[in-house]
Amino acid sequence: MSTIQTSGSTEQVHPDVLLVERARGGDVSAFEKLVRQYDRQVFRIANHITQNREDAEDVVQDAFLKAYEKLDQFQGNSKFYTWLVRIAVNEALMRLRKRRTGKMVSIDEDVETEEGSMPRDLADWSPDPEALYGQSEMGEILKKTIQGLPQGFRVVFVLRDVEGLSTEETADALGLSVPAVKSRLLRARLQLRERLAKYFRKNGKTGGAK
Amino acid sequence: MTCTEFLAQLDDLIDNEVTVALRADLEEHLRECEHCEITLNTTRKTIEIYRSHEIYVLPEEVRVRLEKAILAKCRKC
Repeated sequence: MSTIQTSGSTEQVHPDVLLVERARGGDVSAFEKLVRQYDRQVFRIANHITQNREDAEDVVQDAFLKAYEKLDQFQGNSKFYTWLVRIAVNEALMRLRKRRTGKMVSIDEDVETEEGSMPRDLADWSPDPEALYGQSEMGEILKKTIQGLPQGFRVVFVLRDVEGLSTEETADALGLSVPAVKSRLLRARLQLRERLAKYFRKNGKTGGAK
Repeated sequence: MTCTEFLAQLDDLIDNEVTVALRADLEEHLRECEHCEITLNTTRKTIEIYRSHEIYVLPEEVRVRLEKAILAKCRKC
């Protein structure tokens, strides 16, 4: 039996790196494991960017295929997942450009707004806002609310807070600086909070009906 | 500490990335400022709600179809 010893090194190799190595050598079943591990996340991210289910499905296919074709370029100095997310974000933006022919699409869209940089709705929320709505109504509220954010804020919030990437990984995946990610994240969080307040504030829900 | 100064540290406080000394200053501000306390708590709740509700679910049958299509193309690469 042979074992690989990294004499004295405490550095752990991420399991994804081993799968990538096997996939590079032509082992499609190793790549299949990576697809199964990350396809839901890629689908969610793509959906948040394109806001279109069919486009998001296409992005899942295109992103994994592109990743497979470019496996040789994966350096291993970032996580495979971060590298994959970067490919998926680019594919999703390209898909969006096709839909909105002639219109510029980028993750810098509408980020100059000052909206939400200072909290205005200062009413406290119900102690259990989730109990105010049924599961599907809640889903609609959350979807509608996050869709209203500028693209450049939405994608930062999704990667950082929903998908759990670190600030550095989010910056890496989006090609932004760390300060830019931090500034967008704060404003994304504050804008979402502000917009959700009308549904979740104490003393009855005032949202829903317009 | 003013509310603007507190807000500038809000994300780091939520993400547990503040020093002990700064945390003490922020907590002191919170004891005196109900608005900032509400902003902190409701921002935390906002993140928690988005984390715990999967808005875009990939149905299993679609997932299987996509995986098959991806792997079939990979084998032809």
